[in-house]
Amino acid sequence: MEFLLFLIRRIAWSLLVLVGLSMVIFAIARVVPGDPARMALGPTATQEQVQDLREKLGLNRPIVEQYGLFVAGLARGDLGRSLLTERPVNDDIRDTFSATFELVIATIILAFVFGVPLGVAAARWKDRWPDNLVRVLAIFSAVTPSFFLALLLQILAGYVLHILPTTGRLPANMEFTANITGLLTVDGLLKGRIDVVLEALRYLLLPAVALAAATMGQIARITRSSMIDVSSQDYIEASRAFGVPEPIRVFKYMLRPSFVPPLTILGLEFASLIGNAFVVELVFAWPGMAAYGIRTILQKDLNAVMGVVMVSGVFFVIVNLVIDVLVGFVDPRVRIRGSR
Amino acid sequence: MNDALLSVRNLSVSFSTYGQTAEVLKDVSLDVPARSQIALVGESGSGKTVTMKAIMGLLHHPPATITGGQIFYDGRDLLTMPARERLKLRGTAMSMVFQDPMSSLNPVFTIGDQMGTILKYADRRLGRSRGKVERMARVHEVLGQVRMRDPERVTRSYPIMLSGGMRQRVLIAMALLSEPKLLIADEPGTALDVTTQAQILKLLKDLVEERGLALMMITHNLGVVRETSSYVYVMNKGVVVEHRPTAELFASPADPYTKALIGAVPRLTGGSGFGRAGAAA
Amino acid sequence: MASETVSAAPPRRLSNAYQNWYRFSRNPTAVIGAAIVILSILAAILAPWITPHPDHVGAVVNFRARHLSPSAEYWFGTDNVGRDIFTRVIFGLRISLLLALVVLGTAIPIGVTLGLLAGYFGGWVEIVIMRLTDVALAIPPLVMALAVAAVLSPDLINSMLAIAALWWTWHTRLIYSITRQLRTQEFVEAAETLGASKFHILFREILPNCVSALAVKTSLDCGFVILVGASLSFLGLGIQPPTPDLGTMVASGSAFLPDYWWESVLPGCAILFVALGFNLLGDGLRDLFDVQEVR
Repeated sequence: MEFLLFLIRRIAWSLLVLVGLSMVIFAIARVVPGDPARMALGPTATQEQVQDLREKLGLNRPIVEQYGLFVAGLARGDLGRSLLTERPVNDDIRDTFSATFELVIATIILAFVFGVPLGVAAARWKDRWPDNLVRVLAIFSAVTPSFFLALLLQILAGYVLHILPTTGRLPANMEFTANITGLLTVDGLLKGRIDVVLEALRYLLLPAVALAAATMGQIARITRSSMIDVSSQDYIEASRAFGVPEPIRVFKYMLRPSFVPPLTILGLEFASLIGNAFVVELVFAWPGMAAYGIRTILQKDLNAVMGVVMVSGVFFVIVNLVIDVLVGFVDPRVRIRGSR
Repeated sequence: MNDALLSVRNLSVSFSTYGQTAEVLKDVSLDVPARSQIALVGESGSGKTVTMKAIMGLLHHPPATITGGQIFYDGRDLLTMPARERLKLRGTAMSMVFQDPMSSLNPVFTIGDQMGTILKYADRRLGRSRGKVERMARVHEVLGQVRMRDPERVTRSYPIMLSGGMRQRVLIAMALLSEPKLLIADEPGTALDVTTQAQILKLLKDLVEERGLALMMITHNLGVVRETSSYVYVMNKGVVVEHRPTAELFASPADPYTKALIGAVPRLTGGSGFGRAGAAA
Repeated sequence: MASETVSAAPPRRLSNAYQNWYRFSRNPTAVIGAAIVILSILAAILAPWITPHPDHVGAVVNFRARHLSPSAEYWFGTDNVGRDIFTRVIFGLRISLLLALVVLGTAIPIGVTLGLLAGYFGGWVEIVIMRLTDVALAIPPLVMALAVAAVLSPDLINSMLAIAALWWTWHTRLIYSITRQLRTQEFVEAAETLGASKFHILFREILPNCVSALAVKTSLDCGFVILVGASLSFLGLGIQPPTPDLGTMVASGSAFLPDYWWESVLPGCAILFVALGFNLLGDGLRDLFDVQEVR
């Protein structure tokens, strides 16, 4: 019951953020100096053609009405037409988003699977070598630009060691079209094509590592400090006095409350992760939203660009909603207070 | 050696931090006979908490080092017995009631989960086995003993859903889970309001008397000493400065430090009113 | 451990300069960080005088010297048109540092003011401002810069504005949380009782207590803004050639990987080096001021 209330509150919150986001995007789109219709049609178009397009795009109506139309479009999931591909922006984004989604999910998994144990180890052996190692790793992962790390990985694993592919999602000669979820690893599993799954993972590995490094470092660092923080709490001392063995104390009583800060960090920094995904995709020629976004920007394809921004924002909001629910699940204090 | 349940002999402990060593306990000796109620009183930093932690085996090494002395429980020296043997006693034969009900319970697990876990590992150490259902039955039983009205609901609750007084009762129940012989109480209820603290102290005293436990009350509050103990050890700067039967101590304190302590207490009106126990806090 | 000896520390102020300097100089992280930062700033300022080939900043072409590997003459080698990469890297620092200066110089005053207002006044002011930070948080700065580039034109100024337009949110959140804690403290209440103006309370009573947290945050942010800026120029949204820019150099050099690796790897290392300096400095300051809440 309390969990339901908590959930409703969080969803309402997210909707509010989305409304704000739509306003920001609309504002940017209308800041265009000059005429979007003229810009789209180019200098050779006649005045009549421009007027026609203005009418079609609704540019002659009052600004509030235009925003209304924009939001109505968004609510229907209609992002307009791309001037570059001459297809609905929805279709373009749907085709490219799944690749980005697969990359980002793999990144989050990597960041947690490595970041949390590293943080636990650093806290357990505080001020000894594991701690120092984690500290150095965390600092370097935070200050290495992801595009640079991507390039270095490409040189090392691709050109020097020749162990992993450096571009794309699948080998060019591999036939596979499933489009169930759009995630090659999942689709491969669903279709029983283990070869596809393995290849997809091989192609996924380098981009995911390049993108995960920064987040992993942050997670390790924050897990470390929150484990240390929790370990000095009275309730840990109490469980020690009651004879609860150390593994239970560390992996149950300390780790669970320590999980909240890394989750929160991931939520806060998720936007910068999406941003980095753009550059990493570019380096590895990953057929995601980034390549589409960058191509459309150079063509001043406004609808497409706004669609990309909006989808990034929605992605952020949804991920944060999931994180909030997870945090509420991990820490009852959050959901009990949050429901009031 | 004597026949006390717990007997601390010439215990010395030092702390080293940043290359400096400080002796925080010097030659501390005290006895807790079975079924007795004694108090260890002193101000913050007097060494009473370190004494308690040394007895429970909760000191962190480093920075602490036990530089000398023995701690006998039931005739066996805790400091020289194998670690496994000692672990068998901790939380079972000798148990602790923690001070702060707000911070001594893990906020992200239910009371039932926490108590069940304690019991599970206590059983394991003692070589007993009990199923999950039996364990929960025992948890409910103990919660009933600390006068909790609805044990089933309490076990399903998270600490944040309970009042301070209820949490303190849970902490007492945790200490009683494995039927200890010695209970060490670290200023229970100090964090609560005066009325609730008085109820808690009364409950503790009743429980100790009902089941014939030995109680060692650690406190800075002479009101609490007077109400809960028959024998007192006064500590100051890591040394036991005076120890006598409670009534005698209040009638004629000998050590200047004790005098100062008693002088600092607002006058307590006589009688056995527990409601005044917290007045000096 | 003796939990009973813990006492509440009074709010720390930047009072004793010597004492702070002493503790700072004993903190290797902070010292190394500060050294890197100072070195980078000096190098950027003095670039025309200390670089071996200051003329290589422009559209110079020297085909006989193209793709030379690092040597005594060309420390970082040369690029595809024969320009000295070391010279261009030092000049590239200018753009990176300028970017950090402009973005944070815009974002901090806005962010701090909004944070103070939201934290102190509460109520609808808080709701409006903090919901705004939530929205700003949801847009990746890089994607925002892309959008602005699409609407205006892809250049450095627009990119900087786009980043600054989102970056204030971090400062707002930081100052907001500190202000909320300080709002109910005695010295603020005393000032209120004495009838001090709101302006006085916000900027003279509360703000000085945020300085150490802000210093840490700013130092760390310099590093991150430089990284975002480098990513933007890597995507072609930075300053336009031939002006040297580290991100652009990595991008153009990557076309010649892996044979002429120095053309992208060494400028990349330069970005890493500067960002590392600001990060270490921020970390060191955090230990020095003991403000653990700042990331």
